[in-house]
Amino acid sequence: MTPVLTAEEGFWATAYPVIPHPGEIIAGTICFIVLLVVAYKVAVPRLETMLAQRQAAIQGGMEKAEKAQAEAAAALEEYRAQLADARAEAARIREEARAEGAKIIAEMRERAAAEAERITEAAGRQVEAERQAAVTSLRTELGGLATELASRIVGESLTDSARQSRIVERFLTELEQSSPEEVRATAAPAEPAAPSTSRGTSR
Amino acid sequence: MIGVPTSAGFVPPSPADFWQPLIGDGGFAITRPMFLMVLTTAAICLVLVLGTRRLTLVPGRGQWALEGVYGFVRNSVGRDVIGAAHVRPYLGLLLAIFTLVLVNNVMGITPLVQYPTFSRIGFPIVLAVAVWAVYLVAHVRRNGLIGFLKHLVPPGLPVFAVPVVFVLELLTFLVIRPVTLALRLFGNMFAGHTLLLLFALGGEFMLLHGGAFLKVVSVPTFAIFFFITAFEILVSFLQAYVFVLLTSLYIAEVYADDH
Repeated sequence: MTPVLTAEEGFWATAYPVIPHPGEIIAGTICFIVLLVVAYKVAVPRLETMLAQRQAAIQGGMEKAEKAQAEAAAALEEYRAQLADARAEAARIREEARAEGAKIIAEMRERAAAEAERITEAAGRQVEAERQAAVTSLRTELGGLATELASRIVGESLTDSARQSRIVERFLTELEQSSPEEVRATAAPAEPAAPSTSRGTSR
Repeated sequence: MIGVPTSAGFVPPSPADFWQPLIGDGGFAITRPMFLMVLTTAAICLVLVLGTRRLTLVPGRGQWALEGVYGFVRNSVGRDVIGAAHVRPYLGLLLAIFTLVLVNNVMGITPLVQYPTFSRIGFPIVLAVAVWAVYLVAHVRRNGLIGFLKHLVPPGLPVFAVPVVFVLELLTFLVIRPVTLALRLFGNMFAGHTLLLLFALGGEFMLLHGGAFLKVVSVPTFAIFFFITAFEILVSFLQAYVFVLLTSLYIAEVYADDH
């Protein structure tokens, strides 16, 4: 192509437009290569670096937000768990306290019953002792009085102690045998035989 | 071919109007489109270098515009067609082609310049050959020569059709694709600019030299001129887009077995 071009003066003015001009191909090639170099060496690396950084920043921010949200959710879950634990604990303590209270009350009641029984028993014993003492003193007094009365009536001295006590014993025994109801009404229920004999001998 | 003077003295636009040597004449003359090409390349390089000097994560107005162009090439064309996994090595090529074609096409309707550089077929040929070399080399490097040749014939073809399809596909890969790439861009810019010239020169001629009727007719002629100018803005962008899109499609075929 080229030799024709230079030879003919007006060739390029009238040439078919699809015939490439060599000078323009060379210029286009050089320009395109220069642009490619700039694009590959400068523009694209810089832009890609920036885009990567931007993406990292956005992703980082999103990850941070996600992490914060997850943390908040975890904290909420923890609080809920703690609250549930605390509730369970409180219920347990209440239940324990109730059981403890019931136990204490039962114990107290038991102890009070025992105490009452003890007091009753002590009182009974005291009453018995007092009765015994009363019976004893009454018997002595009654013996004395009866003897004195009898001696006055009889006019005979009954000072002999052996006789006196025999008479009294006999009298009392007769008295008890003839009308036990009367005796009981006047001087408490008693086992008349044994204590009377012991008392008689001890004196 | 030459603008033959009509009976009325009107010289219609012709390919001769695209021949604008500045220095010298002949095959290696310095022409006006060459000068324009150098100028636009320098301007694009300047923008790409200075515009990316201090990139921030939150872009300013200039960076936002630059990122818009880059993002369009990178995401809407490169990533969507070639795939995010393989697009990285081709981003520079796509960016260079898109910016160079777009800016030079816009030169066709830029006042005082009014010359679409790519209406000179030498320039589209350079881009087409570059793309052709890139996708062929990528094909052979990735799939091997055998793999590339096998890829030409789709599987499941009847035996008698295999050689026919093979030859057709080989022709497509080796000849038709680069030729159509170059011719499409050249044809669009050449025809568009010719149309503009026709309506501008025709309107002017009718207004200045025509009779009363022609003077009236010159008004809609100018209106059409403005309409076509607006249309050329669309074509400028569209051709730049189509060029990188087809480039991406051809490159994407290299990684076709991936998808």
